[in-house]
Amino acid sequence: MQVEEKKEFTPLIVAFCCNWCSYAGADLAGSNRLNYPANVKIIRVPCSCRVNPLFILRAFQRGADGVIMCGCHPGDCHYTTGNYYARRRMTTLFSMLDYLGIEKERTRVEWVSAAEGVKFAATMKDFAETIQKLGENRKLRDLRCEK
Amino acid sequence: MQRIGVFVCWCGTNIAATVDVAKVAETLKSEPGVVFATDYQYMCSASGQEIIKNAIKEHNLTGVVICSCSPRMHEATFRKTVQAAGINPYMLEIANIREQCSWIHKDKEEATEKAIILGRAAIAKVHLNAPLTSMESPVVKRALVIGGGIAGIQTALDIADAGFEVDIVEKQPTIGGKMAQLDKTFPTLDCAACILTPKMVDAGSNDKVNLYTYCEVDKVEGFVGNFKVTIKQKPRYVDATKCTGCGECTTKCPSRKNPNEFNMGFDNRGAVYIPFAQAVPKVATIDPDDCIYMKTGKCGLCAKVCTAGAINYEQKEEFITKEYGAIVVATGYNQIKPTEFEEYGYNNYKDVVTSLEFERLMNAAGPTGGHLLRPSNGKEPKKIVFVQCVGSRGQSCRDKSYCSKICCMYTAKHAMLVKDHYPDVDVTVFYIDVRTPGKNFDEFYRRAVEEFGVHYIKGMVGKVEEEDGVLKVQASDLLANAQIHMDADMVVLAAAIEPDKSARPLATMLTASMDTNDFFTEAHAKLRPVESPTAGIFLSGTCQGPKDIPETVSQASACAAKVIGLLAKDHLLCNPCVAHSNETLCNGCSTCANVCPYGAITYEDRLVMDKGVRETRRIAVVNEAVCQGCGACTVTCPSGAMDLKGFANRQIMAEVDAICR
Amino acid sequence: MREIRELLVNKIKELLDNGTVDRVIGWKAGEFCYDVTPAIFTKDDSFDDFLFNGFCGANQSKYLIEETKAPGRDEPEKGKILVLLKPCDSYSFNQLIKEHRIDREKVYALGVPSKGMLDVNKLRNMGINGILGIEEDGDMVKVKTLYGDKEVARKDLILDRCRCCKGSKHVAYDELLIPEAEEWEKDTTDRFAEVEKLEQMSAEERFDFWRSQLSKCIRCNACRNVCPACSCRTCVFDNANSGVAAKVNADDFEENMFHIIRAWHVAGRCTDCGECSRVCPQNIPLHLLNRKFIKDMNELYGDFQAGDDTETKGPLTAFTKTDAEPSIVYSRGGDK
Repeated sequence: MQVEEKKEFTPLIVAFCCNWCSYAGADLAGSNRLNYPANVKIIRVPCSCRVNPLFILRAFQRGADGVIMCGCHPGDCHYTTGNYYARRRMTTLFSMLDYLGIEKERTRVEWVSAAEGVKFAATMKDFAETIQKLGENRKLRDLRCEK
Repeated sequence: MQRIGVFVCWCGTNIAATVDVAKVAETLKSEPGVVFATDYQYMCSASGQEIIKNAIKEHNLTGVVICSCSPRMHEATFRKTVQAAGINPYMLEIANIREQCSWIHKDKEEATEKAIILGRAAIAKVHLNAPLTSMESPVVKRALVIGGGIAGIQTALDIADAGFEVDIVEKQPTIGGKMAQLDKTFPTLDCAACILTPKMVDAGSNDKVNLYTYCEVDKVEGFVGNFKVTIKQKPRYVDATKCTGCGECTTKCPSRKNPNEFNMGFDNRGAVYIPFAQAVPKVATIDPDDCIYMKTGKCGLCAKVCTAGAINYEQKEEFITKEYGAIVVATGYNQIKPTEFEEYGYNNYKDVVTSLEFERLMNAAGPTGGHLLRPSNGKEPKKIVFVQCVGSRGQSCRDKSYCSKICCMYTAKHAMLVKDHYPDVDVTVFYIDVRTPGKNFDEFYRRAVEEFGVHYIKGMVGKVEEEDGVLKVQASDLLANAQIHMDADMVVLAAAIEPDKSARPLATMLTASMDTNDFFTEAHAKLRPVESPTAGIFLSGTCQGPKDIPETVSQASACAAKVIGLLAKDHLLCNPCVAHSNETLCNGCSTCANVCPYGAITYEDRLVMDKGVRETRRIAVVNEAVCQGCGACTVTCPSGAMDLKGFANRQIMAEVDAICR
Repeated sequence: MREIRELLVNKIKELLDNGTVDRVIGWKAGEFCYDVTPAIFTKDDSFDDFLFNGFCGANQSKYLIEETKAPGRDEPEKGKILVLLKPCDSYSFNQLIKEHRIDREKVYALGVPSKGMLDVNKLRNMGINGILGIEEDGDMVKVKTLYGDKEVARKDLILDRCRCCKGSKHVAYDELLIPEAEEWEKDTTDRFAEVEKLEQMSAEERFDFWRSQLSKCIRCNACRNVCPACSCRTCVFDNANSGVAAKVNADDFEENMFHIIRAWHVAGRCTDCGECSRVCPQNIPLHLLNRKFIKDMNELYGDFQAGDDTETKGPLTAFTKTDAEPSIVYSRGGDK
């Protein structure tokens, strides 16, 4: 793919984090002063199964360059089964986005427990770097709007 | 339009060192709906909270955004603060500018910019917040314990001890469960009956404990604090209120060829029987399949000898409905019958027995009066082989994948008891691993080996065949890398344990989740081990996973503590961030109920006014006392009828929009 | 086709006369002969304009939602309705019963045979225009046009969706018009072939493909209105409170969002009846979105056919503990 290199490009990344594991993992990363890029913005949801594909599309619609969802590790969901549903939903959705031509690397799911502050920071850093390399999201813009 | 106040906390220098707090407050002041913004050193301090309260009153705020530490830290604190100032506690949102901003960024400009964006997202969300009220539901101050084994008894006694009424439902004619069948218990070798029967008597005589023996749970309705349970009393054909337990009928009964379940079928009982001498309640029960009178209409001997007039052949099953605040599952386990493991010859040879059968053969109250005799010929065995892990820790379909946990220890116990009573008997144990974690467990096992001279061989038995009354055992010795051929008079199989068959239908009634092995799932494997994910359902004993007696009893007491904690409350305050369905949008398609882990969603036909038409529709209804607010249903609902209070679709989208602005 | 129509009309009249049903949802001619429209007939109606031919593609199960709902306060209770289900329609029928959208008690389902439905566009693509009348005669189709009569092989006009037919077996019915209808001889294609073709493309090519396709959308909502799975009482895109409703395009992502969400909302419920693509006036291959979901779910979670029965949970409302991780997407299909 060809994206013009813009030097000042800073990707916009939305991270959905479940309240019980990943949001707490992010808090732990904070308590341990583990740096990750500031362009990652976290939205707190009760469970990864609360993340509606609409939210992810909305983020892309509004100009996000990457969306990452974090939840409790499978088997450790606070609500027992939430992340199992989320896992199927995100797998199929991401596959669809890839099918539509949105690079698959722009979407990611990562399971981060409340104890994994290090993993949280590392994941965000890595994801931000990936998106940085991919460049600005093209979005599925309507051809007619370009006139 | 909301009137929003923004409060930016310095958190000393924790935030203020990397975030220009004044600039954050100043910038956010120009956001739509924001009528007041300020910053302060410690918002969570008494004076900080005072600033918030005063601003709410002075500026007639309807919503509050606090830019501070993580909501996991002080959300509860600030909710109380805003509530004290007269606005709904759920009209508050927190922007996490410490853990997720100031602490992780060095560059002040960058951190300030991020803090502003996080503040904007919180403001965008507050715009769509609605006041939420926690629903209160009363708590019925009575608990139901399903299963009257040691786990159920211990839980019930502890609950009763705290002053609450508790009912035990037991499907057998007596409480006591598996422990009543055991001989001695590891690692102290005290006799099971000596420590169990006083507890059974306690349960039977305690004012707060009601026993429903020979009963089964038929139906469960309601939710935490308010369960309504229908209990089925199976007919005993004996009036339990009249029976004195004298046992006259049981000795006179002419039907004598009925295998005695309590002694694992090694001897017979009458059609009318009392399971064992210490049974609680000590009441006779007639088995209608064995009773001559019930089958042919002729006999009636028991009725004639009963001076109390307790025999009643006409008794019918009865249904009792009672209300409970909490339900404890203590359905326990059974040892599998190793009939599928043909290599051990259990189906063919009488001298191949399971360990629970062996318990009865060793028990002083057992069929042999405690003399260990070969079932085939009634002679004392000279060589005994124990086989471990029969049906446990396997990969094939006949095996359980898990470790049954208790076998290593009871086998050491059996071996030790045999050597103690009959020192000349040769005892060999075939094992895969000897697992002895537990207080004094390894010491116990080492005593069996070192003091009592039990032979432990690492390896599995491949075949047992009988030849001229002798069991020929073929096995491998993995350490010596050798094949072993050994003669034995008895082979004892440490067959796997599995959850009682009644557990699966019960789980369905309770909407409590189970794993693939039919063990009940706990709410959290580490932090909430005695609660089911379904609120108000608690787990005691082996219904949750294999356990020995000390572990069962400690879990039973832990379970009781959780139940007492629930019953001590007059009202339950429910989490108000629950799902709710919009009746005009709901399709009634049941998809949401399919994914609800709590069974919180039901359907009702309701008259709905939509687009000027009044019609009856099938509508999803969320039981707010049961819903835990995960939101699985909201995503599965195609019409968006199902939404989550506090984390509504529009609220989350507003956050997305604010971040991506 | 004529004989079957006659058989069908006789059957319908019998069921109306003996009181089994009080109305039937059938088909009648629209503006053009190939433009067949679902219509309701009662005992008193003439069946002269009742049609049953290769253009009766419309899946009628969706109409039953409205026809079998509880009567309004002042409305009389209606009797049973007769529905004519082609084998593929019976899947949608089952799916709607699973979702409690159709009151099964109020329906009499008559299974009708299908030998593949016809696509008028295929005639046009052959250069046959000015169509006045179409007559099916065994393996041939006779077309009357302004420019004279033409004859074409029926198999050359079969709708693409029928070329990957699920078979001539009905999965739900009260009665079959022809109890042992034989499997028709079809020139089958693998229904996932087109999806695979797209998957083989580069992200760039796929992006361009969908951009050009979805940019044709005029948001007429025909796909939504015809789809038996897309049957919400109020669609999220019509609900002002949903946060995604828009009467006017807010930005250039709008139509894309609509189609992705539409496909998502029917994922696991879509029976792959292909009506969305059949009715699209812009000829956008919308079924390729649904089939992508179906293909992925079949491959990842095991074969599943929505509407096969009325109980099995769909793949997105079920799970196993060992399901593939979302990262599997990085290593599946297409280029890197």
